[in-house]
Amino acid sequence: MCGIAGLIHRGKASAVGAEMTSMLQALKHRGPDSTGFAVYGPPNPGDYVMRVKVAEKEDIEKGHGIMDRIAERIAELEKRLDSHGAKVKERDTVTPYALRFVLSHDGDTEAMAKHIEEIEGVEILSLGNGLELIKDLGDATVVSEAYDLGGFVGTHAIGHTRMATESDVDIRSAHPYWAFPYNDVAVVHNGQITNYWIMRREMERKGHRFMSNCDSELLAVYTAHNLANSMSLEDSLRQSIEEIDGVFTYLVATKDALGMAKDTMAAKPLVLYEGGDMIAMASEEVAIRAILPQEIDTYDPYDEEVRVWQA
Amino acid sequence: MAGVTDEQLQGMSQEERAKALGMTTEQLTGRSLFIEFDPEAEERFGYPWAPDVDYNKRIEVDTDELSTTEVNEKLRALMAEGYGSIVVKNPRGKHALGVGILNRLNLVFEGSLGYFAVGLIDGPNVRINGRVGWSCGENMMSGTVVIEKNAGSTFGAAIRGGDLVCKGSVGSRTGIDMKGGTIIVGGDTGALSGFMMQRGRMIVCGDAGKNLGDSMYDGTIYIGGEIRSLGVDAVEVELTELDRKWLTRKLSQYDLLPSQGVDHFTKIVAGKQLWNYDNLEPTEKKLIL
Repeated sequence: MCGIAGLIHRGKASAVGAEMTSMLQALKHRGPDSTGFAVYGPPNPGDYVMRVKVAEKEDIEKGHGIMDRIAERIAELEKRLDSHGAKVKERDTVTPYALRFVLSHDGDTEAMAKHIEEIEGVEILSLGNGLELIKDLGDATVVSEAYDLGGFVGTHAIGHTRMATESDVDIRSAHPYWAFPYNDVAVVHNGQITNYWIMRREMERKGHRFMSNCDSELLAVYTAHNLANSMSLEDSLRQSIEEIDGVFTYLVATKDALGMAKDTMAAKPLVLYEGGDMIAMASEEVAIRAILPQEIDTYDPYDEEVRVWQA
Repeated sequence: MAGVTDEQLQGMSQEERAKALGMTTEQLTGRSLFIEFDPEAEERFGYPWAPDVDYNKRIEVDTDELSTTEVNEKLRALMAEGYGSIVVKNPRGKHALGVGILNRLNLVFEGSLGYFAVGLIDGPNVRINGRVGWSCGENMMSGTVVIEKNAGSTFGAAIRGGDLVCKGSVGSRTGIDMKGGTIIVGGDTGALSGFMMQRGRMIVCGDAGKNLGDSMYDGTIYIGGEIRSLGVDAVEVELTELDRKWLTRKLSQYDLLPSQGVDHFTKIVAGKQLWNYDNLEPTEKKLIL
């Protein structure tokens, strides 16, 4: 089933980490397997924030010398950052398997990221000027507390509660997804993509990487490809309705915008609230009510509807 | 009944008498017999186990801290105590509130509801001063439900009777599989509205999305605005004087009559080129075909 949520504040920053936690916790019944957040702080053109995973959570529980291997992976990661001229300004070990770096780098970020992901067990969850992507097993409150999201201040966020249906229960298959080569793009999706393999092969022929077998990752790669080729977010969303088959509702966030698209059947839900300085949307109204307890006007976007809001 | 005397009624058959009283005794072709009204039956307006409530006995309930189950159990307990007018405060978009009420009741929700609101009801009059999520009024049998704001998709799915009214706009697949009753929408409706509709009437004052009335078996859809496209076997027919009178009366009842009247409404019915009610079960049909 899965639950998706998004919110964007216009012209101001807010406690989007805490807000998205409340929204996703209200959607827990739609997917208890994992929870993910893509939160956007004020864009900082000079620095990159990189969220990286160096093992799966279940690897830690299995043992077998995993902590030694994680230490080796981190050492190799830092060596490769250095080789690409990236200066590490901050490094936080958030969990034994998840790290957060603040980097200064003026080289080819895609080449650097690809080099890093060649390290066994290492996956970049996000790399951007504003985006920070957090995902892990458990409900929204558990993940939010583990990653200290309650105090995160930013302009917008998207999130996902996952019920695994077509791929594993692990961090790799959790949403949101981020993709090269457009740094700050993140996607959450509720639905099934029926021409996934056709579209995936097409994207792979164009040189894009896939880190999972989850159909939702395709939407992130597809959007990143279009944005990197100068297509607007709105045009990319409209084109996806033509090119991608299946039943889906998905949200896309970039460093300064939030967008949504629904398939031709409108088979997957989304409830939308548009206030003067805040827009919120979710699979169910209870998620919006979690941050806006007062009486508000909401509506369901229709089939093939595409909307984009600027922060 | 005007124009029909008691003596005349005595001399009529059951079917003639029902029609003379303005009701119908309908026999579908095929194996199922569906009787809407039996004039010989003893008068009965409710289920034997339904509580007898007093409309003048009124209470307000704050449900902010209650779960869906607790709210519904509270409603049942209040009805058992004879409360006939219940106001539910702070429903906060919870799912499946007010379902399965099978007796007369004035029920008001002060706020928005989530999915499957007031489904499976048979008798209550419900007003929702807010919005509802997907599948509001699903399988409703009788009564009235009036929503002041918008509604989600599959509004009135498989409804069998009563009036289900949304004063705002509704999502997709409105009245899917509806088998009777009336659905009224003050605003727009989405794609595939009236999909596989079997009976009843749907009025949409605004626009309709694509594939309106797709694969409908029977029933009537009235659209006041633009129709993006008709579904398979849905056809436009001329609005009759009877249609105009009924639309005017029905929309006036809920303060939804457009200022320009109802002449601009488009009437959609089944072309009946797709369906074939015959006396054969699918297994028997296979043997012949």
